[in-house]
Amino acid sequence: MVNPGLNVGLLPWLTLFSPLAAAAAILVFGIHHRRLSSSLAVGGLALSFVSAACLLLHVLQHRLILPIETAVTWISLPDLTVSFGVLLDPLSLLMTLVVTGVGSGIFLYSTSYMSDDPGYSRYFGVLSLFAFSMLTIVLATNWLQLFLGWELVGFSSYALIGHWYAKPAAADAGKKAFMVNRVADFGFMLGIIALWAWSSPLASERTFSFQVLQARLPHLLEMGWLTPHVLIGIGLLIFCGALGKSAQMPLHVWLPDAMEGPTPVSALIHAATMVAAGVYMLCRAFWLFEHIPMALQVIAWVGGITACAAAMLALIENDLKRILAYSTLSQLGYMVMAVGLGGEAAAMYHLTTHAFFKALLFLAAGSVIHATHRQNIWELGGLHKAMPITSWSFLIGGLALAGFPGLSGFFSKEAILSLAYERNGVLYLLGAMTAALTAFYIARAWLVAFFRPAHDSHAHAHESPSVMTGPLIVLAGLSIVAGYLGLPTFLGEHEAHHGSPVVVAVSLLAVGGGFGLAWLIYVQRAISSALFLERFRGWVWVLERKYGFDQLYNWYVDVVQQRVIAQACQLVERHLIIGFAVNGTAWLTQAAGRVIRRCQTGVIQQYALVFVTGVVVLVYTAIRR
Amino acid sequence: MAETIGFYLVAAMALGAALMVVMSRHPVYSVLSLLVTMFCLAVLFMMMGAYVVAALQILLYAGAVLVLFLFVLMLLNLNQEHAGRSSRSWGWVGTLIAGLFAGQLAQLFLRPLSPLWTSSSSAPAGTVAELGRLLFTTYLLPFELTSFLMLAAIIGAVTLARGRR
Amino acid sequence: MTLPLQHYLVLSGVLFAIGLAGILTRRNILFLLLSIELMFNAANLLFVAYARMWHDLGGQVIVLFIITVAAAEVTVGLAIAILMSRQLRTLNADEARSLKW
Repeated sequence: MVNPGLNVGLLPWLTLFSPLAAAAAILVFGIHHRRLSSSLAVGGLALSFVSAACLLLHVLQHRLILPIETAVTWISLPDLTVSFGVLLDPLSLLMTLVVTGVGSGIFLYSTSYMSDDPGYSRYFGVLSLFAFSMLTIVLATNWLQLFLGWELVGFSSYALIGHWYAKPAAADAGKKAFMVNRVADFGFMLGIIALWAWSSPLASERTFSFQVLQARLPHLLEMGWLTPHVLIGIGLLIFCGALGKSAQMPLHVWLPDAMEGPTPVSALIHAATMVAAGVYMLCRAFWLFEHIPMALQVIAWVGGITACAAAMLALIENDLKRILAYSTLSQLGYMVMAVGLGGEAAAMYHLTTHAFFKALLFLAAGSVIHATHRQNIWELGGLHKAMPITSWSFLIGGLALAGFPGLSGFFSKEAILSLAYERNGVLYLLGAMTAALTAFYIARAWLVAFFRPAHDSHAHAHESPSVMTGPLIVLAGLSIVAGYLGLPTFLGEHEAHHGSPVVVAVSLLAVGGGFGLAWLIYVQRAISSALFLERFRGWVWVLERKYGFDQLYNWYVDVVQQRVIAQACQLVERHLIIGFAVNGTAWLTQAAGRVIRRCQTGVIQQYALVFVTGVVVLVYTAIRR
Repeated sequence: MAETIGFYLVAAMALGAALMVVMSRHPVYSVLSLLVTMFCLAVLFMMMGAYVVAALQILLYAGAVLVLFLFVLMLLNLNQEHAGRSSRSWGWVGTLIAGLFAGQLAQLFLRPLSPLWTSSSSAPAGTVAELGRLLFTTYLLPFELTSFLMLAAIIGAVTLARGRR
Repeated sequence: MTLPLQHYLVLSGVLFAIGLAGILTRRNILFLLLSIELMFNAANLLFVAYARMWHDLGGQVIVLFIITVAAAEVTVGLAIAILMSRQLRTLNADEARSLKW
């Protein structure tokens, strides 16, 4: 490196903008050229990945002191200057590598998976835009830039989930995702604005910048400008954003429906990017949350409850992709819980490993769906022989997800569970139970869909092309080794959490129990699943209705919003606005016109009379003076 | 003294004729009354030394404008105004306003003035030579512009009176 | 002694008011035109009187212009009167009231 400064100056921008350039190029040139558009998308993201990797090497090689911030002025107004740039610290570097790395694999996989799709170019264009949006969030230097990326992610995920827009379910799912995220983002936006408003007593010193705020926050608290109550409000509002993007309860409802999108999109959204954005944002703003114990409590409980509740939903789900979706919810719950317990490094660790194995699971599921065009696990079966690579990678992903010892998920989950063990016993129990449930449902999915003897109907199922299995193999490798890369150290966690023996033992017990039970039920058939369904009938009833969130929201929208509020608005609209304001104005104008037009007699001499009268009055006033 | 008596005589005639102009039933009477007013004013102009103006007053007004009026009257061949002088309900308002205006003007004019008003002998006489010099030096531009005005009036009158063909 | 200026001015004002009254009260458009002429003349008288007072012949020159303009005005006015009697079969100004609404 001849000129390290220059390279560092350009590489971040290259990382950030090459997907956007790819999206623009696809929009301009690629709409009718399928190969060109896919090459552009993959190339753009790969370039981003390579430059991010160079950046990391550069940083490590030169022992640069992080964070490094490069930014240009984006908005410049009196009393408000917002920059747009790149903030490099271990957190953002790791996340960038995950996003671009896993993303590149998924992009590559998509070139084959989507090969028959008529919207091929559009798909890759939006995918590139999505990647850019995500990188904007990850590399943001300030809240406003993060929010920009946040909304762009919302939009592009809407476009991707609704990629098959001719299918009503997909279009609805896209809308649902967008709406739910809007609700959350509104709170997020309020939080950002509130934080800005309280960022300084002086209007000219208010800022969105992470670094400035981070440095200033203790001071603000000390001098009493920022009272704890306000801070709690800000923290909860900002967490509201994470609630939507990371699909935590009660705003998780969009994520299972988002399975209507193409499977690589599910992999992208549920593995490395969109849902991770919420957790990433919480970690990014951890300097804020660590001052708000109360908000941390809320975050931890929301995460823990989501983890457990989502895992239970996965137990009775029969759709392969939806099982994975609930498992994503559950794992995100773990991460959010970790943040809430004060372990943002553990959260990021789990986020990273989860990105690998969840992308792996989704891509494997996509490979199955591509081969069989079926998603219900009971219609699948015997794929272990027909699609060995897919099956093995699904198994590896599943074991990592369940926290099988030695795989990446084990380490990251252990980090979180031991944290919980230290800090909150109830949450630890929830987490441990979730671990057992996770092991059970993922074992069930694999055993039923892959291991069970074949159905005759899809004897034609065969292994996917190498462009699809390639990413699977790479991700499988990463899922295995990600636990040994020293990520927590990189993230600044100095004392590695060597989980206490109790935690490890309980986890092993949970995983083993889950696997064993699944084996007994679905392979040995020693225990009938109907027994459980009968035994826990009431609880199954609740689960089948997914805790009634959808019903509640539908009821809210249908009854409260569409009937009550809409009726009220309609009354206001019809009577007050149209009846009174609009028609009233028109009536008043007409009436005034009807009166005033009497003046316009058309008799010129009357006009002259008025004119002369005016002159007389004027002269009178002039003389009097 | 003779001047004062003359002024009052002429002024009385002018006022009477002016009233006739406004009040007479038939337009021809009105035109002829206006003619009388013009002559009276011409006399007053003479008294103030505006000889050229007085001459032009008679030539242009009496000789041209009023004759044009008479021509048009004959062309239209109307002998009487159909309705009365002022049958409209607000006619008295008009008169009242006009009267008020006259009162105001009188009030304005009767205010004490600067003593510049001097005898006719010391004031410059409005002779042809004097007026001609002014007209072609100081007031050359307005003079030329009036020619445009006249042209426009001629064209307008011809176009209007000819009607659509 | 010479006659004070005020005499001329007041005469001019009264003549002007008479013309104004004519305009406001008469209905025949020809009377309107004649009243306008009367008002022009009143103005002329005023100008000449002031020209005398200020020893400025400009006032008299303006009177010449006014006479010209009056001639032009009468020409067009009479043309309109002719047109009106042709088109509307009347010279009553009240009848020509399409200039409304």
